[in-house]
Amino acid sequence: MSSIQPIRNDLAVADPAIELINVTRRFVSPTGKTLTALSDFTMTVGRGEFVAVVGPTGCGKSTTLNLVTGLAKPSAGEVRLMGGPVKGIDPRVGFSFQKDALFPWKNVIDNVMAGPLFRGRSKAEAERAAKDWLARVGLSKFLHHYPHQLSGGMRKRVALAQTFINEPEILLMDEPFSALDVQTRTVMHEELLKLWAERQASVVFVTHDLEEAVALADKVYVLTAGPATVKSVYRIELPRPRVVSEIRYDQNFIDYCKTIWEDLRQEVETSYRRASQAA
Amino acid sequence: MANITMDSPVTGVAPATFRPGTSDKEIEAAALKAIKRRKQLVLFWQLVILFGALGLWQVASDQAWIDPFFYASPSAVAERLYDWAVNGTTEGSLWYNLGVTMEEALIGFFTGSIAGVVVGIGLGRNQFLSDIFSVYIKAINSIPRVVLAPIFIMIMGLGLASKVALAFVMVFFVVFANAFQGVREADRDMIANARILGASDWQVTRAVVVPSAMSWIFASLHVSFGFAIIGAIVGEFVGARFGIGQLISIAKGTFDAAGMFAAIVLVMVVTLAAEWIMTAIENRLAKWRPQQSLDTH
Ligand SMILES: Nc1ncnc2c1ncn2[C@@H]1O[C@H](COP(=O)(O)OP(=O)(O)OP(=O)(O)O)[C@@H](O)[C@H]1O
Ligand SMILES: [Mg+2]
Repeated sequence: MSSIQPIRNDLAVADPAIELINVTRRFVSPTGKTLTALSDFTMTVGRGEFVAVVGPTGCGKSTTLNLVTGLAKPSAGEVRLMGGPVKGIDPRVGFSFQKDALFPWKNVIDNVMAGPLFRGRSKAEAERAAKDWLARVGLSKFLHHYPHQLSGGMRKRVALAQTFINEPEILLMDEPFSALDVQTRTVMHEELLKLWAERQASVVFVTHDLEEAVALADKVYVLTAGPATVKSVYRIELPRPRVVSEIRYDQNFIDYCKTIWEDLRQEVETSYRRASQAA
Repeated sequence: MANITMDSPVTGVAPATFRPGTSDKEIEAAALKAIKRRKQLVLFWQLVILFGALGLWQVASDQAWIDPFFYASPSAVAERLYDWAVNGTTEGSLWYNLGVTMEEALIGFFTGSIAGVVVGIGLGRNQFLSDIFSVYIKAINSIPRVVLAPIFIMIMGLGLASKVALAFVMVFFVVFANAFQGVREADRDMIANARILGASDWQVTRAVVVPSAMSWIFASLHVSFGFAIIGAIVGEFVGARFGIGQLISIAKGTFDAAGMFAAIVLVMVVTLAAEWIMTAIENRLAKWRPQQSLDTH
């Protein structure tokens, strides 16, 4: 167990897909008070790499992802994608939301077709691609259902198809499966790993669930209680392809979880202590 | 928003329990029957109340419990409506007068709601403009609209324009306020999702903001046709040559209670018809929304 050691964060990645370099992000309230969500944050994701990010609630995980999408700008430091600076929303990025962000007034196939249509592809082309993706996530029978007629797991699969149809090279996921039950979640993990292996996208996967992080990722980033900085980075040397439903009984997996949890627990405790003091 | 249905209280009826030998088909048939019976019962009581009220009015008037001169009676109102429909009113054909009022109300309604939706969405999407204009909109909104009637009639004359203008301002603010609020309530994640999927600003407005503001906008359209009618009729009270408001005004001048009630009945029928059409359109547009499941005990 003591063989598991964090790696150095600034370890050079040869051909990075995502780089956050000494990034700081401050929020200024209308009354002029500032809140620092990220400070001096550095992170590198290689091409085709699957990175998981864990940290206490409210530390700044979602903020990090927003900086990569281009929805928000850093107050200091630099964010780079595929070797170039982020300028606005990048078409190579796909984002999977924690909450349901499907369009409730569109049926399943129209939801999935939205991306290609926004990007100016023809209707026939978009429809063909959408049917293909819906077949892959096992929803061919539900093309004309509306989101409220689907179960939570099915909605999540529609959301995945909606994101994947744009063939993102960079995939950002903000606690995508946290609202699902354990069985459905395991199924979704398998599907995600399958899609990822096919596409070889670079993934940043934010989660509260350490086991999920270890089961899926090549690298796990542990963040400090807010303002978030990188506390430590672990490389997960579990062989691929992984079977998520079985990996939890693997001794190596258990060792990784134990070690990283020790690390994470201090930050979670700090975070709770602050929250209860503030209250 | 428009479908408020009341559940009948559970009155000591044992909940339907599973009985062996009842197939899905039988349960469905029984449920459909129960639904039908309930609808019939509701309709029955609605009719009882309607005819009860009308009958009471009629009897009270016949027995002179109330003064028929001031309160008329259902039969007098019906006679007056028949007379108007067949022989026309003192101001010409009834249909022409109704047409005039409808024209004013409809033009006011359509222009007012289109302007309300466009301005509401425009300001809702633009923080800077909405910060600038919000104070003026509040100020103008605080004017009771009907006091504008004399001004509009002074400026635009006794014809169509002044009534349309009044109906327009009545409708505009209601629809504007709801469209604006609807835009503000549009889900931020949904907007972010659309943008990341590749939507331009205009596409975000069209594909996300407008549909999500739609239920707010429809809520205001339901009341605003009534407001357009109010605008047209108040305008006609203040000064007009034709229209239902003018008929009411003349009936008042001649102490013709039946005439006033007859005009009110006409307006009621027209407004209810408009409301019915609006609900039908809304239900078609909102087929994506969860239906209330029919739950019969
Ligand atoms: N738009 C905003 N304006 C002001 N403060 C913000 C804003 N967004 C986030 N914050 C603050 O920044 C901090 C980090 O927020 P963030 O949403 O990134 O946390 P998180 O790690 O994703 O939390 P969780 O795990 O609960 O989702 C929080 O303290 C939050 O209050
Ligand atoms: Mg978050």
